[in-house]
Amino acid sequence: MFKQEFTITIYTENTIGLLNRIAIIFSRRKINIESMNSSPSEIDGIHRFTIVINETEEVVRKLARQIEKQVEVLKAYYNSGDEIVWQELALYKVPTDEIAEKVKVERLLREFGARAVVIRKDYTVFETTGHREETEKLLKVLEPYGLIEFVRSARVAIIKDSHGFHEKLKEFEALNPSGELVTNEYLNQQEEVFDV
Amino acid sequence: MQTTIVNAKEKATEAKTPQANAANVVVQQVSGSVAVMEAFLAEGVETIFGYPGGAIMPIYDALYDYRDKMEHILVRHEQGAIHAAQGYARTSGKTGVVFATSGPGATNLVTGLADAQIDSTPLVCITGQVFAHLLGTDAFQETDIINITTPITKWNYQVTDANEIPSVLAKAFFVAKSGRPGPVLIDITKNAQVQKFEYSGYSTCEFIRSYRPKPIVRKEYIQQAAEIINAAEKPFVVFGQGVILGKAEKEFKQFIERSGIPAAWTIMGLSALPSDHPLNVGMLGMHGNYAPNVLTNECDVLIAVGMRFDDRVTGRLDKYAKQAKVIHLDIDPAEIDKNVKATVPVWGDCKETLPLLTELLEQKCYPQWLQKFKQLEQEEIAACIYKELNPSTEEMTMGEVVKVLNELTNGDAVIVTDVGQHQMVACRYAKFNQSMSNITSGGLGTMGFALPAAIGAKFGAQDRTVVAIIGDGGFQMTLQELGTIMQCGVDVKILILNNRFLGMVRQWQELFHSRRYSFVDMESPDFVQLAKAYRIDGQSISNREDLKAALQEMLAHKDSYLLEVMVGKENNVFPMVEAGTSVSDIRLK
Ligand SMILES: Cc1ncc(C[n+]2csc(CCOP(=O)(O)OP(=O)(O)O)c2C)c(N)n1
Repeated sequence: MFKQEFTITIYTENTIGLLNRIAIIFSRRKINIESMNSSPSEIDGIHRFTIVINETEEVVRKLARQIEKQVEVLKAYYNSGDEIVWQELALYKVPTDEIAEKVKVERLLREFGARAVVIRKDYTVFETTGHREETEKLLKVLEPYGLIEFVRSARVAIIKDSHGFHEKLKEFEALNPSGELVTNEYLNQQEEVFDV
Repeated sequence: MQTTIVNAKEKATEAKTPQANAANVVVQQVSGSVAVMEAFLAEGVETIFGYPGGAIMPIYDALYDYRDKMEHILVRHEQGAIHAAQGYARTSGKTGVVFATSGPGATNLVTGLADAQIDSTPLVCITGQVFAHLLGTDAFQETDIINITTPITKWNYQVTDANEIPSVLAKAFFVAKSGRPGPVLIDITKNAQVQKFEYSGYSTCEFIRSYRPKPIVRKEYIQQAAEIINAAEKPFVVFGQGVILGKAEKEFKQFIERSGIPAAWTIMGLSALPSDHPLNVGMLGMHGNYAPNVLTNECDVLIAVGMRFDDRVTGRLDKYAKQAKVIHLDIDPAEIDKNVKATVPVWGDCKETLPLLTELLEQKCYPQWLQKFKQLEQEEIAACIYKELNPSTEEMTMGEVVKVLNELTNGDAVIVTDVGQHQMVACRYAKFNQSMSNITSGGLGTMGFALPAAIGAKFGAQDRTVVAIIGDGGFQMTLQELGTIMQCGVDVKILILNNRFLGMVRQWQELFHSRRYSFVDMESPDFVQLAKAYRIDGQSISNREDLKAALQEMLAHKDSYLLEVMVGKENNVFPMVEAGTSVSDIRLK
């Protein structure tokens, strides 16, 4: 099996230490994480991790199971590039003088779908979002003009075919909006809500 | 303070029925430490293994008022505490409980946690921690035990506020015990231990929204598995500790008896099926029996029950059971396909899945196929078992000691082993009539495990004879626990098989490093004198004529007893599947 890029999406409880627990699953197997993003999800109290790695599908499948084994993880999915819609955000800081003098800024903004976030006398910050190649392109253009700083975010991704879990999770949360620990009132409904 | 404790004690009886408890909520002020005690009472904790220190003193102070309700065993090293708790859990089927202080106390638990994690042993370890406001400041005896133990715990959590204690402990006990069991560590800062809070009782936890202890049983897989088994000509069962953890010994026996399939065990599965059961064909793996290893590569259907295809069991994976359809029954979905690809995955607790499967099976037997196991067993007996059990040499062998022990205990003893040659010999030759009788460090292979684990095992099975079989090397890693035995008066029979070497390492050096015995020659103190210093009786023997009487004396002795048996210096354990070879390349000598 060949290695390819996979995006792992993990729904978790929002607890301290979980990031470490998840990161260890990768580092223990000497798997390099390309990018990792953690943020709240559409459901209150549920966090969502998006992790990008290059691995064979077999390894990724096993990783997803190990991740799901963690007590505070609700679900881990893995998807290849064509199964997700994804974006990264990039910020570029360039000297305002240089840019104003030498570049047709409006053209640049139009061509790359960028926008100016901050314009100060000494520097300007542009922003673009898109796939890696897209944010890379503007970087290439700006580099010759004294690029001061560049930063790109981790990937965020929406799974194209993710309706199922979201609905389940929402139903579940509607049934069980309470805090961390509850007694077995909902235990019997667990099987209707989750599936392996 | 006093009235609080009295109230809390009254509460303890109520706490057994959490529903009722929740209904008539009585709010009272208690300290975090008292809440820990109440949680323990409600969870039915009877025995705690521990070692105090500054950062856990408030909890020990609370324990003082509960000392007639729960027993605390003061060990001599925290590693001893956690191994004892493991032994306790493995013979009692309950959750083992450990106390340790912060810093060095907590880090001394690390080996035991790793051991319990890999062998799926339910534990709740409570460590003290420095005051919350000192966290991260390199305060005296502060270690980041949560991050240290993250990869070796099923779950861990740091409590910094006493209000969290009831719910966190409830979660801890639930996580440790449910699904595939494992160790949980709860680190409690000193301020949380002393903090008074409004306590409204303890409710056990039976559900965590993000945690599914058992996967859903899929009927279609059971159906498929049954079809494959019914059509098989040479089916073979391999089973592990999952049978014991699932308390599914009866269901397992019914399954093999109906299907008529020969079954072999991993060392963690040992004792789940009586040794003399006609379908019990022996031990798998590196020092396992000849037939089950060889025939793994001849069966047409391999049914794995509650085992995880550890590399010590499979040898080279690319040559492991390639011809067979594999049916894997496991409670942990992450184990399925991890090492060996399953044709049919049967997710679930084998206590549930086995009866469903058995129901669909035809009553069968495979006389010719079973005969093959018997034939190969004869070869193994001729090549090594006979010599091991009936040696013609002057020196005693480990195997013959175990054989005589079997005769005297009738397979009813709990055998706790350390790690090394004696462990493999004991697992190969010890006989068992009942489950939860073989206690060993399987996955981690921790030397120094047996003595403390035997102490715990005895607390977990007080009416049974507990014999710890230990090498001269492993014993010296843990002999301070003789002090624990002396003080708490626990009755543990200690059988040291002394070959004056770190035997297992020496065997490998002999076989694979051209007898270059690099630092394995081990000198030992006078173990009997040493035991005497701890007021434990004992003797040392080196003649075969004395063996039976000495073992008899040990077993008949009314307290703990240490028997050292001098065995052959350079005896080897065979058969052996060399590392990196296939199970069917197992060598008999
Ligand atoms: C804590 C620890 N350190 C080292 C080892 C490596 N090791 C495995 S077996 C063994 C030798 C054990 O010698 P002994 O206790 O005398 O038992 P024997 O093999 O002679 O029966 C060693 C050193 C281990 N398993 N555990």
